[in-house]
Amino acid sequence: MKLLNCPMNGTRPLSEFLFGGEFREMPNPDTSSDLEWASYVHYRDNAPGVKKEWWYHSPSGTWFIAERNTLSDEVLATYLYGKAPDATKTTKPRAKKEQSE
Amino acid sequence: MAYQLLKFALGGEYKEPRFFRDCQTPKKSYDAVIIGGGGHGLAAAYYLAKDHGITNVAVLEKGYIGGGNTGRNTTIVRSNYLTPDGVNFYDASVKLFEGLSTELDINLFYSNRGHFTLAHTESAMRTMRWRAEVNKHVGVESRVVGTDEIAKACPQMDLSCSGKAPIQGALYHEPGSIARHDAVAWGYARGADSMGVEIFQNTEVQSIDVKDGQVQGVHTSRGYISTGKVLSAVAGFTPRITEMVDLKTPIVIHPLQACVSEPMKPWLDTILVSGSLHVYVSQSSRGELVMGSSLDPYEVHSTRSTFDFVEGLTSHIVDMFPFLSNVKVVRQWAGMADITPDFAPIMGKTPIKGFYLDAGWGTWGFKATPISGKTMAYTMANDKAHDLIHSFRLSRFEEYELTGEKGAASVGH
Repeated sequence: MKLLNCPMNGTRPLSEFLFGGEFREMPNPDTSSDLEWASYVHYRDNAPGVKKEWWYHSPSGTWFIAERNTLSDEVLATYLYGKAPDATKTTKPRAKKEQSE
Repeated sequence: MAYQLLKFALGGEYKEPRFFRDCQTPKKSYDAVIIGGGGHGLAAAYYLAKDHGITNVAVLEKGYIGGGNTGRNTTIVRSNYLTPDGVNFYDASVKLFEGLSTELDINLFYSNRGHFTLAHTESAMRTMRWRAEVNKHVGVESRVVGTDEIAKACPQMDLSCSGKAPIQGALYHEPGSIARHDAVAWGYARGADSMGVEIFQNTEVQSIDVKDGQVQGVHTSRGYISTGKVLSAVAGFTPRITEMVDLKTPIVIHPLQACVSEPMKPWLDTILVSGSLHVYVSQSSRGELVMGSSLDPYEVHSTRSTFDFVEGLTSHIVDMFPFLSNVKVVRQWAGMADITPDFAPIMGKTPIKGFYLDAGWGTWGFKATPISGKTMAYTMANDKAHDLIHSFRLSRFEEYELTGEKGAASVGH
């Protein structure tokens, strides 16, 4: 089974986690136009590559950020929101590298 | 018969005729270029030639025809959707499918089985009643049935599902069918080729030329092709094509996995789907059980398959059919499903003139092959969206007019 590193609870089986979608900066809902809001909610390029994503550790209720390559399904770093590690200190969790295309 | 067979055996010539020409060098220019040689792309090429007389068309396929999601789905054809727009669209597809073997002169093994969507809870029963009423309203044969009728159609099933999720009833959809999916691609390829369409396999599109908001041509691994009309019909590869023209869509790619059992004597006549148990199963004409499940839970752009999937799926199949516990799974695979937020496709024109999109087919694309080809051909020929696909336009998202097909798209979403 694939494993994922929760910043609060350490390495746990993937079945304990939920995918929260790509991390996106939210525009101010009071000032943004309908089109800006629609773009935020719906539009994205979604081409494969390294993406910043929301993940949720369900048993402990922890939301956090994972940087993951969506082509090779390789996790490069996980950290709490607002606590991005320096590039030099990036933790590499024991995520099994899966076959890429 | 015996004489002919002997003559054939001793003749020494066993060449099968090719289905389509082995095109190697593209012309400098085409009236239209279709990216993706799956069912949808080839059907669009076929109807462009047949319905609209546009035969100067190239179909570019990165791999081999029908090797993508056309050959990876679980071959179910049905129209028991939830929204009137969806039901009308898929019903037109089912009607085309019914006459397709004759039209394409190829045996698609189109087999009308009847389709049961099992309900294990009161809320699921409510959705089934809703779908049945919408279906009846637009003239599609669907009705809610009780456990007695399910038991009669499939006496082998444990209606209590090993006591875990007792079946309360089902939505029965009589036109539900299965077909040989790769033959659909071959049939359309042969039909299109015979009218002059050129099909290039092992041909990758590397970039698309756009000038002043109008498509000019495509750069491919076999050189540059100039064209004013490009259709992208590449399912799970859609984000990689839309990125070339800097077009943003709501599509997210999730793998969808499936598997087949070893072949058995025919015993399962119907197609069974269970939303609660996240399975769908039918028996192919070869005797294999073709089984699928819900989407993988997060975005991945690859066709890898997992042990988790087989473990989860087979445990639910055994809940329904305890006697299958010794049957072996012989193959498993995955396809890349291009999922949209409202579980309906994205079809038609885009803000880029001459760039047409046939995408967002997620887990519901195979059954729409003929009608998507027909309506996209119309849209390309007239530069105007066909009436049947108006509600599937890309701009619906910024217009906040989503369709809401989630309850009927597949299982477990």
